[in-house]
Amino acid sequence: MSQFGYRGKGLEFLTSNKIEIGSQVKIHADSVYTGVIMPRYEHSDDHHIVLKLKSGYNIGLELDKIKKIELESPPIVKKEISYKSQPNPKLPKILLLSTGGTIASRIDYRTGAVTPALTAAELNASVPELATIANIDTEVLFSEYSENLLPQHWVKIAEKLDSYAKSEYDGIIVAHGTDTMQYTASALAFSLAGFPKPVALVGSQRSSDRPSSDAALNLIAATRFLIEVRSSGIFVVMHNNSSDDEIACNWATRVRKNHTSRRDAFKTIGGPPAYIIKLASIEKDKQFDIPKREYAPRIKFDSRVLLLKYYPGFDPKIVDYVVDSEYRGIVIEGTGLGHVGKTMYEVIEKAKKNGLFIGMTSQCIDGMVRMTVYDSGRDLLNLGVVPLGNMIPETALVKTMWALANSKDSSEVVKLMKENIALEFSD
Amino acid sequence: MSEIQIDKIGLLVGLEIHQQLATGAKLFCRCKPIESDEYPIKFSRKLRITSSELGEFDPSAIFEKSKEKTILYCANPESSCLVEQDDEPPHDLDPNAKETVLIMSSALKSNIFNEIYVMRKLVIDGSNTSGFQRTMLVSMGGSLEVNGKKVGVQSICLEEDAAKLLQDSKETREYSLDRLGVPLVEIALDPVSGTPEEIKNIALTLGRMLRATKRVGRGIGSIRQDVNVSIEGGGAVIEVKGVQKLDQLEKVIEYEAKRQHGLKIIAEKLQTLNIEKITKEKDVRDVSDIFKSCKSKIIQKSLSEGSSIKAMRIKGFSGMFGWEPYPGIRLGKQLGELVRFFGLGGLFHSDELPNYGIEESEIHEVKNILEIKSNDAFIIVAGNEKKLDIVIESIIKRIEDARKGIPAETRAATITGETVFLRPRPGSSRMYPETDIPPIIVDNAEIDHARNKIPRSWEENLMALQKQYELNQQLSAQIFDSEYLDLFETICKDKRISPNFVASTLCGTITNLERRGMDSTLLRTGDIFEAFRLVTEGKIAKESLEMIFESIMSGKSKSISDAIKSNALNTVEDAELHKILDELVKSNFGMIKDQGLRSMGPLMGLAMKTLRGKVDGQKLNQLLEDKIKIEIDEK
Repeated sequence: MSQFGYRGKGLEFLTSNKIEIGSQVKIHADSVYTGVIMPRYEHSDDHHIVLKLKSGYNIGLELDKIKKIELESPPIVKKEISYKSQPNPKLPKILLLSTGGTIASRIDYRTGAVTPALTAAELNASVPELATIANIDTEVLFSEYSENLLPQHWVKIAEKLDSYAKSEYDGIIVAHGTDTMQYTASALAFSLAGFPKPVALVGSQRSSDRPSSDAALNLIAATRFLIEVRSSGIFVVMHNNSSDDEIACNWATRVRKNHTSRRDAFKTIGGPPAYIIKLASIEKDKQFDIPKREYAPRIKFDSRVLLLKYYPGFDPKIVDYVVDSEYRGIVIEGTGLGHVGKTMYEVIEKAKKNGLFIGMTSQCIDGMVRMTVYDSGRDLLNLGVVPLGNMIPETALVKTMWALANSKDSSEVVKLMKENIALEFSD
Repeated sequence: MSEIQIDKIGLLVGLEIHQQLATGAKLFCRCKPIESDEYPIKFSRKLRITSSELGEFDPSAIFEKSKEKTILYCANPESSCLVEQDDEPPHDLDPNAKETVLIMSSALKSNIFNEIYVMRKLVIDGSNTSGFQRTMLVSMGGSLEVNGKKVGVQSICLEEDAAKLLQDSKETREYSLDRLGVPLVEIALDPVSGTPEEIKNIALTLGRMLRATKRVGRGIGSIRQDVNVSIEGGGAVIEVKGVQKLDQLEKVIEYEAKRQHGLKIIAEKLQTLNIEKITKEKDVRDVSDIFKSCKSKIIQKSLSEGSSIKAMRIKGFSGMFGWEPYPGIRLGKQLGELVRFFGLGGLFHSDELPNYGIEESEIHEVKNILEIKSNDAFIIVAGNEKKLDIVIESIIKRIEDARKGIPAETRAATITGETVFLRPRPGSSRMYPETDIPPIIVDNAEIDHARNKIPRSWEENLMALQKQYELNQQLSAQIFDSEYLDLFETICKDKRISPNFVASTLCGTITNLERRGMDSTLLRTGDIFEAFRLVTEGKIAKESLEMIFESIMSGKSKSISDAIKSNALNTVEDAELHKILDELVKSNFGMIKDQGLRSMGPLMGLAMKTLRGKVDGQKLNQLLEDKIKIEIDEK
């Protein structure tokens, strides 16, 4: 059992001395230290306690060296500050849905790393500029790192957005962790195809507890985009370069996280971003547009789909296992123009016989699959593998989950997969 | 005005030394700390203020934020990567830096913590791309022995150096990332009473101890002293940043003692006066219209930029802005520093007007608008509306603080040894844990290892230098204390060159040129090394080094080869030399005939006119003598 990361000897030491976390104490060791007892990271050992000195520095003091600990004052309970700002009736209304991620994160004493913790309301308060361009209502949907999200979470976000489809809001921001933002973006783009309002997914690559965070500018740009452009659909709004002067508004189904840490990690694949939001203007790309369609939400996903990255030495038995586990689809990230080795043919045939949908994308990320150029491509076509153009693999995975859940039979799955719903094909 | 008696004011000075470590890498990435002036990567950022883990905002950060500027960063991929660009989390702590700080802590008998927490110290002036400086408290306590007396050690921290400021204009500030992230050890000593001279001695002793580890950076900027100065009854400790040279330290302490004591005297006088509280509503008026045709350049410039001009009344304050308890110490100057820091040109106060192009008639109108009575004072300040609001609030606060004495602030040392306002004193709320780095564990084996590596004392080091290079005591002390010790040892690896000559050139020639006002920072280590190499290889004469260094340090030449070319210092081939000397002897045949060997002096003078720096002096001397002798013999 642990409390604020303290366990074993450390916890015993604090309890037996009746010291709570946050207490002001005086500790006699090799020297005398005064400060506040801080929480401890969960993965740390149990024979140190953490003290924040008056100077603001934290130090770890070894229990064995402590001769005496005196309580100077119990923890001070801070008054919650409320962040209500007066709405300006002349400004447009925006809803900010918070799902977690570094855009709203602070230190977590469980691990010592950053964790989603700020409420959307606090965020609104920490970026005061927002209040001058829009009236922003906030709602916390859940608070998760995006790597912890499941298709059920996509459903939750989509249903929430659907409930606001006819609301007074001019647009909706979804604050989201960046790791799986592209999956959620695709999921929303398919399940809410034709959504009548602009929706911007916004995240930050550098957590909002640092002065250099990209969170504020991404949020400001997203808000400007929603109210200045009013282009309905789902978009991902993130930095376009390393500077704080240009934000890219990417098509939901064409965006990919291409760098682990840079601010401009998100790139539109196969073309330019939909919009570039500059300090003084917003520029639209003329090349593409989302296909126009009636709004008819289909918010269902079947997660029994495998994204298979083929590589030399890939063991076909894995596909057998997938078939036996009653999966309903496989999206292959094939080599080059859309290939896998001959050793795969037998299992692909078996999968097809078992009714699985098999789609082909390329691990080259950029470019089209063309399966008629080489023999192996033609072989795979004959086996019933469906080429998925220049759809990016992650988008194809999400689309397959969606298509399987929203079709009566396999031919309808194929039909949906080939239809350009949300610019997942841009060729 | 009177002379200050520095030993009677209860002066306390605490030294804080920042020493760059020479580990060959940055603290949290493996980039090399190389200075450059080519920056292929440029990007711009804006920094925002964030709260501490306890949810508080730091006053100095709020102040800095009020100045809002776009920061332009210039980076060279040789010396920085995505970590410095704040586009990648920090890598592991540099083990060499860790070992070095443990050695230093051990040498100062400081208590090392087994668990070290990297903190983010909020700095949003742009000097850190992240908006914070990474710093960790490594040890506390301990002492340094200075001339038999013990000076207590408060704390020893390991931290990252900041980016170098290239340019600061109204809207933007430009930094280079070369220096950002270079490991820095900060040692804070207990405040001590003593003369500025004694304080200087403490700094010198500590500096020598650090250099003895042979793991520290040398050269200008690699060691910086901050001093915390307070006087008895003054109430505040003033942190003075950026003292780069020891000679400056003494002056800074003297100035700060005088300033603080002066402010204390001013406060005491203010307490006897009946001064009303200033309010913006009652005491501040827009006077832009009055100054439409004002002759003051500052005012005209402000008006042309669309600024407004405001005047503020301070009741019962007449004479107090200009009153100087000590020469140069007056409230008016303190306020001037404050507004300049907000990017304003300065302010005018009633004790100095009419002057600076502001005329009696304008003053009269201002007085009317503000309803100034004979014992009231006023201030005129110009700037854009939004900024002016914050500035006026700060001025009001500063005037109120003047009654209390010395406001707590961070000041910067100037080259002339004075101090100027930098920002309000930061508090502990600027600290936030660095969430990207787990706590750093120091085990007992590491501490034992560090104890075994405590460097030799300064005296022992000097003995070793004297022995190894056959230097006298004075020269070995000079070279050890200089920034050139490493360079000296590198140059002397070539046994053909005399260590004595190298040491005296490095400590004598260069210092002399500096004293003549030349800039030694223009002379790069690589250049010096190259110059000595050319001497060793006989490509240039020993005597030409001074001319070469002078040429570079004065900015006339950019490199050694430049300097050699522009001073025509290439050595003269032997054949050519013989020819020149033969001609010289021939054309002065008469003199040689008359004076014999005594003609050597004047002829040497003539030869030097054309051959200075091109031929080794001794060699020239010998050759000329030989030729004269032959000439005499032939006769």
